[in-house]
Amino acid sequence: MSDITVHIIDREGVKHTVEAPTDMAMNIMELCKVYELPVEAFCGGTAMCATCQCYIISDHDLGERNDDEQAMLWEAQNVKENSRLGCQLPISEAMDGLVIELAPEA
Amino acid sequence: MITTDILIIGAGPTGLFAVFEAGLLKLKCHLIDALEQPGGQCAELYPKKPIYDIPGFPEVLAGDLVTNLMEQIKPFQPGFTLGERAQTIEKQEDGSFIVTTNKGTKHHAKIVAIAGGLGSFEPRKPELANIAMYEGHGVNYMIKDPEVYRDKRVVIAGGGDSALDWSIFLANVASEVTLVHRREEFRGALDSVEKVSDLVNKGKIKLYTPAEVTAINGDGKVASVHITVYDQAKRIEAIDCDAFIPLFGLSPKLGPIGDWGLEIEKNAIKVDNTLDYQTNIPGIYAIGDVNTYPGKLKLILCGFHEATLMCQSAYQRIFPNKKYVMKYTTVGGIDGFDGSRKEAEKAVIKKIENAHV
Repeated sequence: MSDITVHIIDREGVKHTVEAPTDMAMNIMELCKVYELPVEAFCGGTAMCATCQCYIISDHDLGERNDDEQAMLWEAQNVKENSRLGCQLPISEAMDGLVIELAPEA
Repeated sequence: MITTDILIIGAGPTGLFAVFEAGLLKLKCHLIDALEQPGGQCAELYPKKPIYDIPGFPEVLAGDLVTNLMEQIKPFQPGFTLGERAQTIEKQEDGSFIVTTNKGTKHHAKIVAIAGGLGSFEPRKPELANIAMYEGHGVNYMIKDPEVYRDKRVVIAGGGDSALDWSIFLANVASEVTLVHRREEFRGALDSVEKVSDLVNKGKIKLYTPAEVTAINGDGKVASVHITVYDQAKRIEAIDCDAFIPLFGLSPKLGPIGDWGLEIEKNAIKVDNTLDYQTNIPGIYAIGDVNTYPGKLKLILCGFHEATLMCQSAYQRIFPNKKYVMKYTTVGGIDGFDGSRKEAEKAVIKKIENAHV
């Protein structure tokens, strides 16, 4: 188990390159919080608020959206083909080099 | 004017438990909440989801936690102003406060405790250019009194529990219910989804999926909406209606509290965590998820602790010269403001006869 690198582009277009642990059961939403990036996540990670919506910029295969995530994204705004909810993306070694962009504030 | 000792803004778990701790000190509480029911996020967002870190409860549903808290505080007869948002605060010469809601309800209290979580829940609105001018004139984002829609033609938009539940309810009240959702799939309790599909089959609900309301028409009030149906033809249908109710969920906003002169850091209110969770304005406290201090954790159990210390400090502020000692409920019992009394059963002191000696 080793740390991986994730690139997060914030809403001002600034790219933050951060180290992410793969052995802490952490997800992308929590990673943003750890680095104090502006992700509100008021639902606490239950796929109920879409404030952690992000766009997957790199071509990593993160699998399909899960049911809760899909349902939330049907109702959210600014949803694109590459939209995901950060709270539903557990950090794994396969994500090394991942580039994401935070969706506009809902 | 509603008068009370402690005015609690926010009726989530932290605010509710504060009523109990205040009650032990014989202080009366009144709560304001923007939602129509007490319980905050627990009741609004995830009533059916389990919580595992409430001490003494290996597992409790968020909705049940709220029910239990309401039962626990019942003897202390809290007042509620629900469905209204705390808007302004005025400090009086005697150090007390008057808090006025967006509906104009005034509350006079010696102490204000903000237990507002992430703020007041505001409805998410669809992006329709002229929707604001129809708000209150046929467009509503929450249903308070369903009777308003009796024998009316109603269009509901949304794909979650509230859209489903209100469509079911209004099917028997309104003259016509149309449900519009962007997708064919709905996210709700299985039972609700089945009921809606049954009502659609019976012709009691007209269903448009995948579709969206893309325009509102009417002179001063809603007279019809345009529904764009995302089938191959991408047809647009005009539906005559009296009401359009978009139910797209709620999102919390700190709102007017942000303008009360309180020290704010990262959307939360700074408090003194070394003592009593008081804000930079003496007499105003902030407890639970709404506050911040070094090492802050947004946990319900931390909110309970903060509420307890806040009440002790509030008591000393109200009665600066009174000697007071904290009493265990096991020892002192609970005296409700309603005259009820709960106490531990007394042990008996009785000799046991022994015939064998």
